[in-house]
Amino acid sequence: MEWIAQISQYLLSGLANGSIYGLIGFGFTIIYNATGIINFAQGEFVMLGGMLTVFLLQLFPLPLVLCIGMAIGTTLIIGILFERLAIHPLKNASPITMVIITIGASILMRGLAMILWGKDTHPLPPFSGDEALALGKATIMPQHLWILGLTVLILILNRLFFHHTIYGKAMRACSVNPRAASLAGINVKTMVLLSFAISAALGALAGIIIAPLTMTSYDVGIMLGLKGFCAAIIGGMGSGMGALLGGIILGLLESLGAGLVSAGYKDAIAFVVLLVILFLRPGGLMGKGEMERV
Amino acid sequence: MGKRNFLIFAVFSLCILALPLLLRESYLLHVFVFIGINTMLAVALNLLLGYAGQISLGHGALFGLGAYLSAILTTKYAINPWMAMVIAGTIVSSLSFLIGFPILKLKGHYLAMATLGFGIILYILFNETVEWTGGPSGLPGIPCLKIGNLAFDHDLANFYLVWIFALVTMMGSLNLNHSRIGRALRAISDSEVAARILGVEAWPLKVKIFTVSAFISSLAGSLYAHTMTFIAPASFGFNFSVEILTMVVVGGLGSVYGSFWGAAILTLLPEWLRVFQDLDIIIYGILLILIMMFMPQGLAGLLSVKKRGP
Repeated sequence: MEWIAQISQYLLSGLANGSIYGLIGFGFTIIYNATGIINFAQGEFVMLGGMLTVFLLQLFPLPLVLCIGMAIGTTLIIGILFERLAIHPLKNASPITMVIITIGASILMRGLAMILWGKDTHPLPPFSGDEALALGKATIMPQHLWILGLTVLILILNRLFFHHTIYGKAMRACSVNPRAASLAGINVKTMVLLSFAISAALGALAGIIIAPLTMTSYDVGIMLGLKGFCAAIIGGMGSGMGALLGGIILGLLESLGAGLVSAGYKDAIAFVVLLVILFLRPGGLMGKGEMERV
Repeated sequence: MGKRNFLIFAVFSLCILALPLLLRESYLLHVFVFIGINTMLAVALNLLLGYAGQISLGHGALFGLGAYLSAILTTKYAINPWMAMVIAGTIVSSLSFLIGFPILKLKGHYLAMATLGFGIILYILFNETVEWTGGPSGLPGIPCLKIGNLAFDHDLANFYLVWIFALVTMMGSLNLNHSRIGRALRAISDSEVAARILGVEAWPLKVKIFTVSAFISSLAGSLYAHTMTFIAPASFGFNFSVEILTMVVVGGLGSVYGSFWGAAILTLLPEWLRVFQDLDIIIYGILLILIMMFMPQGLAGLLSVKKRGP
């Protein structure tokens, strides 16, 4: 019965990691829906969340919750600044231009983080101890429970925001047709700004809740960002729910692949999945139709 | 190539080839070997990005694949370095041709992500196939290229070796710019739909130019491996792909001489900034953002008066 415990262990950690990828992917879809841009700096929001929390904890003798709040707030402001300074001034820029600008922003953030905080990896204490809980044959870390719980919470908040508030509905209108939304009196530019703010905050949260499991450093943003994008692509780029499911699929594939095949190629799995889906079903497993906008 | 353009290129080549007279100091000469290799890479990416308007974030890895194939063939199988270079180029361009068909169906952001993913898979392979590549600690003892008794093992010889390849690449690229294919590529860049309506077979053409671009990158990789005699995966990661992209953007999309200037500036910059270690990556970031926002034509846009299209 050894292997059942083993497999359920892989499934549990896959589920937790997958939720993180899903949250990051969710951030991608929010900006994509509002602007048609794929934000290559999304991973840096994730990195900023974790790193800011670590350093706020070191600087001030404050409780963890406050530091987390401040880190998310700071990342949100950085997201807003990024939109105001680099995205907002450009009108009708080509996708290539936007790719290059968001890549520029991402290496700028990463470089500044490296200079401010150095190249070391930093630990973040788990939110509630690190004593593993028994769950059937497998064990689960309290941090895994935090991740799963917060992911569910985000899902509920997402539903409430996008379906039951005026701003959420306006954002959905913009993603369907910005011009029509603008004719209906919605300020599309405000919605774009809002999408960057929400997306940055969401990325920061993902970076904070995964940091106690994997440690954090200035360069975690590349991998986490790409895996988040992969999750969003699996989900068809359009919906937050799809991204989350995509993330969980990816997380499970990864942890099973790493456990049963080879840990060295763990990171490659995400990219093979990414390429296969882009080649065969560019609309995503759950999405449909062409994505080309002429 | 018209008479005037040919003259400009001849003068440019002479200036480059006369540089060693000026740079007696071996250190700068060494830097110029790198500038030559980076010029090849920037010109290669420019064929794709500047001419055809298709982005690639995987060129660093294609460069690496060329370098590793060259290194493995010469160190493990004792194949002649020149031969290894040809074999590496053939393998890399065949692979790119095959992968090019599905990849270049994608557009814009999706293309960027797919090439990035492809690059990272190669990068992981460089690190993980330890028995072939030596893993993260690198692969030493790569033999240098030789012609008869002349061994390319010192900076002066390497300078001429690399720059002959770089100048030929530049000339080929300039020629292409003024040919039927060059015009077809620019049409695709402006509007793929319109180009297709006018009878340009966009998809196969994009795959062909991707293959050519990969071949040049692979040659640059082989030259790098044989002139450095040591390679490690760290040189071929995502950061280097971004660095090549920055060279092209700084120099100007679609400009061959721009690629040279971009490569020269971005290779010299870290040398000057050595005092402020690691500052270069921040500067790349700022350069990419500012140039795309305020002078999308890059340096080439500053120099030339005439502008392309409305």
